[in-house]
Amino acid sequence: MSDLLKVSSNPHVRSKASTTSIMLLVVISLFPAAGFGIYHFGVRAFWIIAITVVTCVLTELVFELICRKKITIRDCSAIVTGMLLALNLPVTVPFWIPVVGGVFAILVVKMLFGGLGQNFMNPALGARCFLLLSFASIMTNYEVEGITSPTPLVTLRAGGDLELMDLIIGNTGGTIGETSMIALVAGGCILLLSGVINLRIPAMYVISFAAFLVIFGGNGLDYNFVAAHIASGGLMLGAIFMATDYATRPITRVGQYVYGVLLGVLTGIFRIFGASPEGVSYAIIFGNLLVPLIEKATAPKAFGKGGRR
Amino acid sequence: MNKALERLYNGFIKENPTFVLTLGMCPTLAVTTSAMNGLGMGLTTTAVLVLSNIFISLLRKVIPDSVRIPAFIVIIASFVTVVELLLEGYLPSLYSSLGIYIPLIVVNCIILGRAEAYAYKNPVIPSFFDGLGMGLGFTFALTCIGSFREILGAGEIFGYHIMPESFTPVSIFIMAPGAFFVLAMLTAIQNKIRKIASTKSKKVSADKPKGCNSDCSSCGEGGCAHRFYDASAKDKKELAKELMGTNEEADMEIEDLDKEETNE
Repeated sequence: MSDLLKVSSNPHVRSKASTTSIMLLVVISLFPAAGFGIYHFGVRAFWIIAITVVTCVLTELVFELICRKKITIRDCSAIVTGMLLALNLPVTVPFWIPVVGGVFAILVVKMLFGGLGQNFMNPALGARCFLLLSFASIMTNYEVEGITSPTPLVTLRAGGDLELMDLIIGNTGGTIGETSMIALVAGGCILLLSGVINLRIPAMYVISFAAFLVIFGGNGLDYNFVAAHIASGGLMLGAIFMATDYATRPITRVGQYVYGVLLGVLTGIFRIFGASPEGVSYAIIFGNLLVPLIEKATAPKAFGKGGRR
Repeated sequence: MNKALERLYNGFIKENPTFVLTLGMCPTLAVTTSAMNGLGMGLTTTAVLVLSNIFISLLRKVIPDSVRIPAFIVIIASFVTVVELLLEGYLPSLYSSLGIYIPLIVVNCIILGRAEAYAYKNPVIPSFFDGLGMGLGFTFALTCIGSFREILGAGEIFGYHIMPESFTPVSIFIMAPGAFFVLAMLTAIQNKIRKIASTKSKKVSADKPKGCNSDCSSCGEGGCAHRFYDASAKDKKELAKELMGTNEEADMEIEDLDKEETNE
């Protein structure tokens, strides 16, 4: 046989990407948002991010040591979870909040279900919702430089006007990582260009959310209102970094479009008709629960099956 | 009397309705927001369960097989109504905090389950103890869940503040998700304990001493005296297989043993 003919078992096409390399890219792409958060909210934001990341990694390590499982902290997924959770916390939280949240995210949402890839729900968002339900007043205490200011979404709900440039740059109140649209989009571009994520889910999320606002928002086709809603709150953070989480998004192409639209509509319902002004976290974890159904409904047909009878 | 103790043990630990059978989840998850509510719900259910077990057992020869479920429901619903009126009259605070879940005891699957599985087939006295054991097991479980949820979610137990001032109540524990967390954790813990206990008891029969021919009756008390190997009760089936050699005969023997068990 000639040397050109190489006989081997599949898989024949291999990617050089590993879990570690993908997770590191996500961490790097979160740096702009984290950096802006530290610049905007002060050094305290850095400490919160550091505590959350350390807690997440330690929780995973200790759990795996106690259960005598393979140590998986080198895949860096706990760092991503920690950073995402920290970016979802207000800067005013006492330092035990990130510890409780980090332990909950890794232990309950991720490790108890079998670790990375087995979690049915985004760990960072699961922990954020846990904290939000448990410590509502602590988790919604948004302060900028000592002054309690309403978040853009509260202002929007009250019918107030907002400077769109402030929202895009991030000069507003909110959680550490969600305020600056520019920083988040910059991180999203890194992920897009490196091929870690594609545009399907984020684009469908934003488009369907905008469409929902135009129809049900009460302001009609008001560009300022729609743009302000998209740029404020956790929408960009959620659409770029959390809705695209590999473990909790649908794997089928059609499923990802459906998932994006579902998230947009749910976020719209929660923001416009819900009791609290923000709804991105709840929309995404609710969407996570429907992912198995979406995948089942959109599973591609094997070649030769189906078709007209 | 041994039978009564066996029934109590069965209901309380071996077949605990909440942690082992996972029956009656609706009241378990919904009313255990505090230890007091859990205790109240448990005792109310126990009262209904004991009374319905007694009456269904008394009437088991009268109730025709084809309409037994409606008959059970009528008996259970009557007792629930009695208990509900008594609670409303004498414990109005508990009555208002349990709310709709008192009338819902009628469709509690523990009560219907015990009626169908035990009281309808057994005499009155064992049925009474079966109901009591199951009811107390349910009460114990509900009080446990309620206590954990109250301590974590409000820093109190039975209304008394016990946690230090610096403790911030984790209010998710008195909401619906907290019920699932606490139930899952307590079930996991008791499963773990059960597993440890069962592996320990298995070791006795696994470490067969040399010269043991797996037949304790021929060995008498002179050998290991059941210390290392006990061929009684649970191991009879395996023993029968070993002794009889061929599978067919062994299966027949096992069938006989099964019949014996049901007769007991």
